[in-house]
Amino acid sequence: MAQTQHNQLSIKTIVAIGIGAALFVILGRFGSIPSGIPDTNIETTYALLALFALLYGPYAGLLIGLIGHTLKDAIFYGSPWFSWVIASGLVGLIIGLIAGRIKIHEGEFGAKEIIKFNLAQVIANIVAWFLVAPALDILIYAEPVNKVFAQGLVAGISNIVTVAVIGTLLAIAYSKTRTRRGSLTHEA
Amino acid sequence: MNTRMLTYTKLDSPVHRLTGFTKLVFFIIWSVTAMITYDTRCLLAMLLIGLAAFRLSKVPFRDYSFVLYLILFFFALNHLAIFIFSPLEGVRIYGTQHDIFHIAGRYTVTWEQLFYQLNIALKYTAVIPMALLFLLTTDPSEFAASLSKVGVNYRIAYSVSIALRYIPDIQRDYQNISFSAQARGLDISRKEKLPRRIKNMISILMPLILTSVERIEKISAAMELRGFGHKPSRTWYKSRPFNMLDYAALLLIVVIGVVTAMVTFYDGSRFYNPFG
Repeated sequence: MAQTQHNQLSIKTIVAIGIGAALFVILGRFGSIPSGIPDTNIETTYALLALFALLYGPYAGLLIGLIGHTLKDAIFYGSPWFSWVIASGLVGLIIGLIAGRIKIHEGEFGAKEIIKFNLAQVIANIVAWFLVAPALDILIYAEPVNKVFAQGLVAGISNIVTVAVIGTLLAIAYSKTRTRRGSLTHEA
Repeated sequence: MNTRMLTYTKLDSPVHRLTGFTKLVFFIIWSVTAMITYDTRCLLAMLLIGLAAFRLSKVPFRDYSFVLYLILFFFALNHLAIFIFSPLEGVRIYGTQHDIFHIAGRYTVTWEQLFYQLNIALKYTAVIPMALLFLLTTDPSEFAASLSKVGVNYRIAYSVSIALRYIPDIQRDYQNISFSAQARGLDISRKEKLPRRIKNMISILMPLILTSVERIEKISAAMELRGFGHKPSRTWYKSRPFNMLDYAALLLIVVIGVVTAMVTFYDGSRFYNPFG
């Protein structure tokens, strides 16, 4: 995406944020599947967030997380839980920052890119769910320390696994739909 | 999957007549105030004001009753978790211990814990009426206009507007794709083994994401052709002029914010301590 180089908020990014946030809302509400472990669901919406951060960059990732999570909480549960909203935004931002330069639009998503993408998402999820979300829970809501860290740990691990499996598979599938640069061969 | 969501309905009430800008600013200051304070008296007062505003809005109970049940459920779960993880959190905060009865091991019910959990409950219930009210009485298009008025970059305000506009469309897409997948025998419930379940989920997600990416291309091409973002600012179809009611509401929220901050930090602690 050459556009994003000179203008951080290109029209395409703006639209991607809007549509991405709408997808985040819908998948956040309907797209969780039971993982087999009690009370822990596979939140497919974080796989989507990771993919969109990869496709449209850090700004899109940050804003899809913030707007999507706020709207999801507001529309379906009545009031946003701000500490986790911020954590979601952070996940999108960090993945976008580290993995945003992968040229997935040109069909490039091999072993090297898969490792880079997963490295990015593991770092992002660790920072967001092990550190930031519990810290904000304590700061804003003064909840017990061990409770919020336990919650963060469960959410973080489940999101890392979700993005590693579903996010990676989605990215591979997406890259296959794009035409690779230099894929044409000269016929003699 | 006929899940209900909170949506705006057009009614005529003092709350509906307020501009989106006023309601947004009111809601932001209200939430921040409720986040900062742990003073029981302030929270109680805020809850009462919130409920009064709700009465004023004339929104029928059935429009939001389903959310209340959900909230109640999470509420109960959260309070149980707090007690299980930290039964003496209240004792630690208030510095005294008045036992009521002993359960087992380290689990003793104390007045301090009950009071602390009452405060947490109040903190949430103080915000909920305002959040619901804001959602139920603000036109989504006007909401984007208000965001831009508060100082949010209009491009980002436009993103929010796009999100609100496309949530119903994407929900429909998701349902169509998911139903047709289920009709072909792709199961994503507990009945299927986990790897298969995940694979089936991906075959639902993939078409959804591909159509969304296509949609992004289409909308951004249309916006580009109409010269979106050419000028540093823009006007909004749904923005309305201020009236007396707006000034009154803004004055009220500033007073609430200031008084709460003063009462809360008067004795140098966020917590109101009736035990000391």
